[in-house]
Amino acid sequence: MYPRPFEYVAPKTLDEALAVLDQTEDAKVLSGGMSLLGLMKLRLLSPGTLVDIGRIPGLDQIEDRGDHIAIGAGVTHGTTAVHPLTTEHATALAQAASWTGDVQVRNRGTTCGSLAHADTAADQPAGAIACGATMVARSSGGEREIPSADFFVDTLTSALAPNEILVEVRIPKGGGGSAYDKLGRRGGHSDYAVAGAAAWVRRDNGTIGDARIGLTGVGTAPSLAAGSTEAIIGTDGSPEAIAAAAARAVEGVTVLEDLYGSEDYKRHLATVYVARALEQALARA
Amino acid sequence: MTTTMGPTTTTSALGGVVRRKEDPALIQGYGKFTDDIKRTGEVSVAFTRSPFAHARINSIDTDAAKAMRGVHAVYTIEDVRHLGLLLAQVPVGALRPLLADGMVNHVGEAVAMVVADNRYLAQDAADAVIVDYDPLEAVIDLKDALSDRMKVHDSLDSNLLISWVGPFGAEPEAQQQVKADIDAAKERDDTVTVSQEMVNQRLIPVAIEPRAVVADYNKGYGALTVFSSSQIPHALAGALGKTLGLLSNQVRVVAPEVGGGFGCKLNVYNDEVLVSWASMQLGRPVRWTETRREAANSTIQGRGWIGTATVVGTRDGEIIGYQLEGIADMGAYTQNFTVAIPFLGLFVGSGQYKMPTYWKVDCVTTHTNTTDAYRGAGRPEAAYYLERIIDMFAREIGMDPAEVRRKNYIPNDQFPGAVSPVGFAMDTGDYATNLDALLAAADYTGLLAERDRARAEGRYLGVGLATYVEVCGFAPAGLAELGFSWSEYGLPSSFSGSGLVRVNPDGTATVQIGTGPSGQGHETTWAQIVSDRLAIPVEHVKVRHGDTGDSPMGVGTFGSRSAAVDGTATYEASDRVRQKAAKMAAHLLEASEDDVVFANGGAHVAGSPDSSVTWAEIANIAYMPHKLPEGMEGGLEASVVFNPSNATWPFGSHIAVVEVDPETGNVDLLRYITMDDCGNLINPMIVAGQVHGGIAQGVGQALFEEALYDEAGNLLTGTLIDYPIPTAADLPSFELGHTTTPTDVNPMGVKGVGEAGTIGSAQTIVNAVVDALAPLGVRHIDMPLRPRKVWQAIQEARS
Repeated sequence: MYPRPFEYVAPKTLDEALAVLDQTEDAKVLSGGMSLLGLMKLRLLSPGTLVDIGRIPGLDQIEDRGDHIAIGAGVTHGTTAVHPLTTEHATALAQAASWTGDVQVRNRGTTCGSLAHADTAADQPAGAIACGATMVARSSGGEREIPSADFFVDTLTSALAPNEILVEVRIPKGGGGSAYDKLGRRGGHSDYAVAGAAAWVRRDNGTIGDARIGLTGVGTAPSLAAGSTEAIIGTDGSPEAIAAAAARAVEGVTVLEDLYGSEDYKRHLATVYVARALEQALARA
Repeated sequence: MTTTMGPTTTTSALGGVVRRKEDPALIQGYGKFTDDIKRTGEVSVAFTRSPFAHARINSIDTDAAKAMRGVHAVYTIEDVRHLGLLLAQVPVGALRPLLADGMVNHVGEAVAMVVADNRYLAQDAADAVIVDYDPLEAVIDLKDALSDRMKVHDSLDSNLLISWVGPFGAEPEAQQQVKADIDAAKERDDTVTVSQEMVNQRLIPVAIEPRAVVADYNKGYGALTVFSSSQIPHALAGALGKTLGLLSNQVRVVAPEVGGGFGCKLNVYNDEVLVSWASMQLGRPVRWTETRREAANSTIQGRGWIGTATVVGTRDGEIIGYQLEGIADMGAYTQNFTVAIPFLGLFVGSGQYKMPTYWKVDCVTTHTNTTDAYRGAGRPEAAYYLERIIDMFAREIGMDPAEVRRKNYIPNDQFPGAVSPVGFAMDTGDYATNLDALLAAADYTGLLAERDRARAEGRYLGVGLATYVEVCGFAPAGLAELGFSWSEYGLPSSFSGSGLVRVNPDGTATVQIGTGPSGQGHETTWAQIVSDRLAIPVEHVKVRHGDTGDSPMGVGTFGSRSAAVDGTATYEASDRVRQKAAKMAAHLLEASEDDVVFANGGAHVAGSPDSSVTWAEIANIAYMPHKLPEGMEGGLEASVVFNPSNATWPFGSHIAVVEVDPETGNVDLLRYITMDDCGNLINPMIVAGQVHGGIAQGVGQALFEEALYDEAGNLLTGTLIDYPIPTAADLPSFELGHTTTPTDVNPMGVKGVGEAGTIGSAQTIVNAVVDALAPLGVRHIDMPLRPRKVWQAIQEARS
C-alpha cells in the first residue's frame, strides 16, 4: 500500500492543469482519488505525475443549462445522489451514485472521476449511458463532446486522450423516467456491482417513443444494451415487451466471467436487471 | 427480550450497564495504536515476498537494493539463520524460517527484509531485490495433500501432520468401536442416514488495525522495548528473549491500543522477531506496519476444512450416532497453535447432544499461508458440520428441527459435570430451557406460519435454527501438557489468570492485568469487578494492561478467556485487599473487623452508616504505617493467580430469517434472533457488543467471505476489493436474549462470550437459506452463499 515515487502538482486553473498534461509524460488526473490511489498503492499503476484538479474553483457545481444539466468534474457521488437536478433529470445516475461505495467514498469520490475510470463494475457509467449523457473532454486545444455510449472503450479504458480532462457531463432534459438496479457483491445494492442495468424511457402517446439501457458488470466495459434498447422502443412497455427486450440484453456484448459470476450467470443477471430497470423506469415515465 | 434463569449475583457494579471507559479517547481520536508511536531516529522495514506458492530459490541479489538512497540494510536468511526457526507453541509440522531458506512454500512468504529511512523507500528497495526462482508444482487441494501424492516439505514424512480423533482420550480400539457401532446402525431397517460433504472455507481475519511493530533496542541499558499490535504481549516478550538471547526482563513488550485481533494477533510473527533483531543490529528504532495485502497473505488465516458429516437416527428423531470425517488445512508452516485449532473443534464435536460420536479431522500441510486461531477457532467449524447435518436429518424425517434437537440434548440431570460423547467434562448446562426461550422470543411458530404464507405467494422465505455449545476460558492449567501454555516461548506459564489490585493513597484503585485486549472493554469490565468488591466508584478504578514492564505475568486475550479467568483473579485480589483494608478500617472506626462493611466509596460499621471512613482515609494509614497498630502490614495491594478447575461451556440457540431472490440468488438477512447463555453478565452492553460482532463475522463467513486460492496457490481474494466483509449496513438489527446458567468454576459465575456469536451463526444462516429453497429441492450449498452459488444451486435443483 505504498505507491512508487511520483510528482504532484495542484494547479489553480483548468488551463494550468491542461498545460501540465501537455508538458508531462505519464501524467494522471487526480480528482477524488478513490480508484486511482488504490491502484497506485497496490503498485498496479504508477503515473509519473498526478495533476490534482481538486483545488480548481468552480468545478463542483451541477448547473441547469436550460435543455440539459451539467455535472462538473468536482461533483462528488454524494452530491450527484441527492441534488434536485440529478434526481429529477438523471434519476438513474443519481440512484447509481447513491449506491457507489460507502458514505466516506461518496463524500470524496467524484462522478466524473468514476466515469473516466471506466470500471465495468462501477455503477454510474450505466446510469450515464441510460440518461444519454454527453462527456465534455477538454484539452489545451479545445473541447470535444463524446456520447456516453462511445466513451467506455475497454477494461478501465475511456475515450479520453492522455492530455484531456473530463470537465463535465451533460445530461439532456429528455423527460420520461429512468432507474438503476443492481446486484452488489455483498448482496442487495451493497458494494461493486456483480451486474446491473440502468434504463431511461419516454412514453409518446402510449408507446415507448425513446429509450436507452446501460449495462454494468457484464462486459469488459460499461456498455449500451443496444438490442434491448431497440426492442423496447415502439412497444407499449407491457411485461411481455419488457421480457422480450430483456432477452436481448447482452446482444453484441462480450460477457466475461469473474470471481462473482460465470458467463451464464452474468448473462442471466443482465436480463434480470434490464427487466427490473425497465419496470422501474416505466413507473416513473 | 431477556430471559433470566437461575440464581444471579448482580449488584450495582456487576451486571450493570456501564458505558465503556475506553470509548471517549477512542472516538475522539486520542487512542494511541502502535503505528501512532513515533521514536526518534526510527527507520522502516519492507519485505520482499514470494510471488510463488512453491519454488526453489536459486539466488537472491540484494546489490541493487542496498545501493539505493536511504537504504540501511537488506537481510536474507544468511543473516538470520543462526536465530533458528520461528517458535511455535505446538511445534507439530514444519516451523517457519524467519526468512525463506532455499525454498518458498506459500505466496507472500518473506524472502528478504529491507530497512530504509522510510516505508516508501523501503518498499522501492524491496521491489529491487532480485530473486531467481524455479517455480514448482504446488499442493493446494486438501484431498490431494492428504494423498501424499506430492509432499509439501521434503523434511516431513507425510503431509498429514496429526489426526484428532474422538471420543478423545479413548483407546484407538474403543474409538473404532464407536465408529463401527454407528456404521452398524446405518444398516438397520428402522434407521435413516443422512450424509453430506461440506466445505468450511478459509477466512482472512481482517482486523481493522493491521498488525504493526516498533522495536527500540537500547544498547546502554541492554533493554529491548517492543510495541506491537498483539493479543499476547507476554508470550511475545518470552519468544523475543529466547530467540534473541535476552533475559525475559530485558524485554518489554507493550501492546498499546489494539484495533481488533480475532485471533490473528494471537501469534508470534517472524516480522516481530526480525524487526527487533534489526533494531539490535542497527542500534536504532525500527518499524514495520503491514499492508492489507500482507495482512491477507502473511498474517494467519482461519478455518479451511472439508469434511463429511453423517447422522444416523430413527424416524421419530432419536439420533443414534454422528460421524465427522474431515481434513483441515494447516497451510505451509506451523505457527503458534496451528495444529491445535481443530483440536478445539473436537472439544465441542458432539455439541449439546448425547448421541455416540465418532469425530476425526486430519490436519494436512499445503502450499498456502498458515492457518491458526480465528474467532471461534475450530469450534465454529465443528458446530457448522454438526448443526447442518442435524438440520438435514430433521428435514429427511420430516420432523421440526427444534424438536429433533431437544430430543437429543444431554439432559439437565447430568449437570454439572456432564461428560460429552467426545470425552470432555462440562461445567453447567440447561439446553432445553435455552432453546424454549429462543422459540418463545422469536415466536417460532409464528415465523413458520409467515414462511408458509410467503411460500404460498411464491416467495422464498426461510427460517434457520441452530444451537451450539462452546468451550472457552481454557483451563485447567494442566492443559499445558497438551501444548496450551507459553513454555515453548521460554516462559513456562500455563493458562491461568492474573490480576494485581492496588488501592492508591488517594483512595482510587489501579488494576494491572495480564490480558491483551483488542476492543473487549477490559478497562470497563475490570473496573466493575473491583468496584463490586471494594465499593470504589467505577470511575476511580484505572485498569492497566498490555505492558509486560508493569503487568503481572499474563496469558493474553483470546479464546473468550479473559473475564472468566483473569477477571476472577482480579475479583479475588480485590477481596484480599478488602480483607486487609477491613482490619485498617476496624482500627480507625474502633470496631470489630467482622462488623466492617464496604459501601459508597468507603467502609462503615454494620448498622451504623454514619460511623464511616473513606477509602482515602484508610489508604492514609496504609501508606503511613506508623499510624497502623503494631504488627499490621502497610500497603493496600494484592496479586492473585487463578487456576480454574475447568474451562467454561457457554451455549445458546440462534434463529435467522432470510428471503432468497430466486431470480438472482441474492440472500436478504431479514432477522437474526439469539438466546445465548454465558452465565452471569458483568456488563450486558459489552456482552451485546461481543455478540453483535460475533454474529457479523458469522454472517461474513456464511454470505461473503472466502480466502480463495487457485490451483497454483495464488490468493485470488487478497485485497478488500475481492474479499468483502459485512458492514453495519448489510446487517439487520439483532434481537438478543439471554438465559442465565452460571458456571461453577469461578465465583462470579461468568462464562466467555467473545466467540459465541461466531460459533452459532454461520450454520444458522445456511440452515435458513436451505429452508427457503427446500421447496425447490435444494439440500445444501457450500459457503459463502454468494448469489452466484445460490442461483447455481437453484438451477441444479430445478433441472
